[in-house]
Amino acid sequence: MQTHQYDVVIVGAGGAGMRAALESSGQVRTAVISKLYPTRSHTGAAQGGMCAALANVEEDNWEWHTFDTVKGGDYLVDQDAAEVMAKEAIDAVLDLERMGLPFNRTPEGKIDQRRFGGHTRNHGEAAVRRSCYAADRTGHMILQTLYQNCVKQDVEFFNEFYVLDLIVDHDLSAGNVPDGETVNATGVVAYDLATGEIHVFQAKAIIFATGGAGKIFKTTSNAHTLTGDGMALAYRRGLPLEDMEFFQFHPTGLAGLGILLSEAARGEGGILRNGDGERFMERYAPTIKDLAPRDIVARSMANEVREGRGAGPNKDYVLLDLTHLEPAHIDAKLPDITEFARTYLGIEPYTEPIPVYPTAHYAMGGIPTNIEGEVLRNETDVVNGLYAAGEVACVSVHGSNRLGTNSLLDINVFGKRAGRAAAAYAKTAQFRDLPEDAAARTIAQLEEMRERPDGERVSDVRTDLQVTMDMNAQVFRTHESLTQAAKDIRELQARFKNVSVQDKGRMFNTDLLEALELGFLLDIAETVVVGALNRKESRGGHFREDFPDRDDANYMRHTMAYRRPLDGTEAATALAEAEQGDIAPENAFTHVSDFENYKVVLGSKPVTMTRYEPMERKY
Amino acid sequence: MTATLETSAPAAIGEIPSFDVTIRLRRYLPESEHGEESYWEEFVVPVHGTDRVLDALHKIKWEHDGSLTFRRSCAHGVCGSDAMRINGRNRLACKTLLKDVNPDKPITVEPIKGLPVIKDLVVDMEPFFASYREIMPFLITTGNEPSGERIQSAEQRERFDDTTKCILCAACTSSCPVFWTDGQYFGPAAIVNAHRFIFDSRDEGAEQRLEILNDKEGVWRCRTTFNCTEACPRGIEVTKAIQEVKRAMITRAF
Repeated sequence: MQTHQYDVVIVGAGGAGMRAALESSGQVRTAVISKLYPTRSHTGAAQGGMCAALANVEEDNWEWHTFDTVKGGDYLVDQDAAEVMAKEAIDAVLDLERMGLPFNRTPEGKIDQRRFGGHTRNHGEAAVRRSCYAADRTGHMILQTLYQNCVKQDVEFFNEFYVLDLIVDHDLSAGNVPDGETVNATGVVAYDLATGEIHVFQAKAIIFATGGAGKIFKTTSNAHTLTGDGMALAYRRGLPLEDMEFFQFHPTGLAGLGILLSEAARGEGGILRNGDGERFMERYAPTIKDLAPRDIVARSMANEVREGRGAGPNKDYVLLDLTHLEPAHIDAKLPDITEFARTYLGIEPYTEPIPVYPTAHYAMGGIPTNIEGEVLRNETDVVNGLYAAGEVACVSVHGSNRLGTNSLLDINVFGKRAGRAAAAYAKTAQFRDLPEDAAARTIAQLEEMRERPDGERVSDVRTDLQVTMDMNAQVFRTHESLTQAAKDIRELQARFKNVSVQDKGRMFNTDLLEALELGFLLDIAETVVVGALNRKESRGGHFREDFPDRDDANYMRHTMAYRRPLDGTEAATALAEAEQGDIAPENAFTHVSDFENYKVVLGSKPVTMTRYEPMERKY
Repeated sequence: MTATLETSAPAAIGEIPSFDVTIRLRRYLPESEHGEESYWEEFVVPVHGTDRVLDALHKIKWEHDGSLTFRRSCAHGVCGSDAMRINGRNRLACKTLLKDVNPDKPITVEPIKGLPVIKDLVVDMEPFFASYREIMPFLITTGNEPSGERIQSAEQRERFDDTTKCILCAACTSSCPVFWTDGQYFGPAAIVNAHRFIFDSRDEGAEQRLEILNDKEGVWRCRTTFNCTEACPRGIEVTKAIQEVKRAMITRAF
């Protein structure tokens, strides 16, 4: 075992982690721990762009961007956070340009901008050109540019190190630390994949930037490595997860494969058509049609298929039509995604429409933070020295549905904020002693998994999880489907205790790590489903067929999910789950779900409203 | 309940039926009874028409032998984790459809060459990234930063577009015969990333980078075999980029 001491430890080397590192590493001793080489991070898969009201090609301002973000998130967005993001977007883009990012250019040589879903002029009048982009590989260019600047700044990386525990100086998991009590994060425990050795990092400040958890679903645009590690570690340590029921399904995944085709395809003029060739989005969003927010487009597509108007031999997808666009335009603006269609489906997008279907894409929820990136352990108290930024976090700038491009913006704005705040905090804080046995729990967990002689395969449990999530907790949800998913997850949690790995070695044991990642996935799926069961309304990415309307009276609040030990008061749980129909507002977030040796308790947090009164969401 | 489960099987599968493939793997498991000896091992797995080599590797790992070790992440050719030698050619496993590599015969899968093998298909990438870092892969400018963005024409931006596509997968560098015999050679990927900045109108560090690449292990070691261009999964004209850097070295025009 090795021990290290850093002022700031950043966990994750995608956009948010590296943006944070660029802020903190110049000021205080900083380490970045990443389970992948930084350039492998999934920020690199983002395509379409990063919105900022630069007004380089037409009139625009950050207030319109704020409004679009709030409306796009179906009013569950914390409006102060959205305003920070839209205002700071402009500097975030300029920062990247000055760092060297090769944006596409206007004829005057300025950063070019294009249309994107849900981004409008003057509060919904028409689509606006707000997305700054580098062809259809904007995320790739952001990831490369941030890494290049980390090289320039000599940022210290621990690559292919898996953080497997978070150390906090109070045990929050029992739920008995009083509100207002000072709680400090003191370190993390990591596993070096190459050698199997444990490393304990003592730190004054820790930033979680571990990304999303798309692998809870079968059909997803997410990387194999997006297994919700950071979220699950926080949750296991007794911290809440916020708004986990809100998962974004991106409309245009390659049918059957889930590989992402950017919304930029529609921003550049692409049209969605059903099996009859009809431009069906005209019926669902008459004003901005194919450029409606993703939740609306995804639901409309799924509805076309469900009502028998799908395309293809099984009528189980719709078509993304680019055939009316000039091939030269496609090559200039959408080279990568058209190559995906050629490579993976053998489709020539110049002449044939591309089969597409919604794919699990983005977790709106995550570890709750304030606008400085500080992690909350309840509605109001922060954990000193603990920060989160990017998809792992819930600020909440995305509310119940994130607008396209706002994730690349989120990582840059809040990555920078978290990095600055963590460095500033570390300058004033002292190192706190770690417990003698800081790594004991992690070592025990690893050894138990490695040594379990025989049992179920990790992949069987994982596949069953992904199947039930796709079937029961996807675009359309009901009490019945979610109850089934919850039942399945309980069983899978029990089966997980019996999985075993074949590779018993120390070196580069990815078999072992996949098993641990499965544990994270199960925990995340649990919070998604329990939150979704409780939220008896439809809002943004969460659509309940049995409760198709938004219900502001009961549910205009953020969900906070806590894992807590069983304490004998669980008898009412089954009753709570069976409960249907009208709920008194004060009881809307009292749901409790039992698992074998713990329960999930739901609380809530108010939504911050500043300028905008909730309105019906029409496009 | 939704119809999603049905749709998650690709409709295109209907056109190309499932079939069996034999994957012939170069194994290296230093902790096993094989010790430091690498060896070949074959697996036969059933696959679908749209499956890629990565799917077959996953099938082996998940259903037959959990110790099979390889890197992968995004699974659609943008993260650069899974470059390997497939039927003797460097490719990304996630971008190589099985039906395109003659699945009637065993498909050989080996680690990329020229970098130390750690376990099975995993190689030590550190020497590769060290070369990358050496060419100063970041924008170098002097003077005050502008208040807004730097101005760059669409033509100036286009000049280095091709080399911005690099995902650092090492398929090019590890396909280069010069790199195989001389691990000190910077290799194509580092030169591609130098090119990306040398020809960026905003950058002022070209002279320094050219000095570095003028080294005996630099750009002049390139023998123009075009292996790198063929290997690049992003379609970058790697050899052309290297030639442009050589020319810039002579003319000092960029």
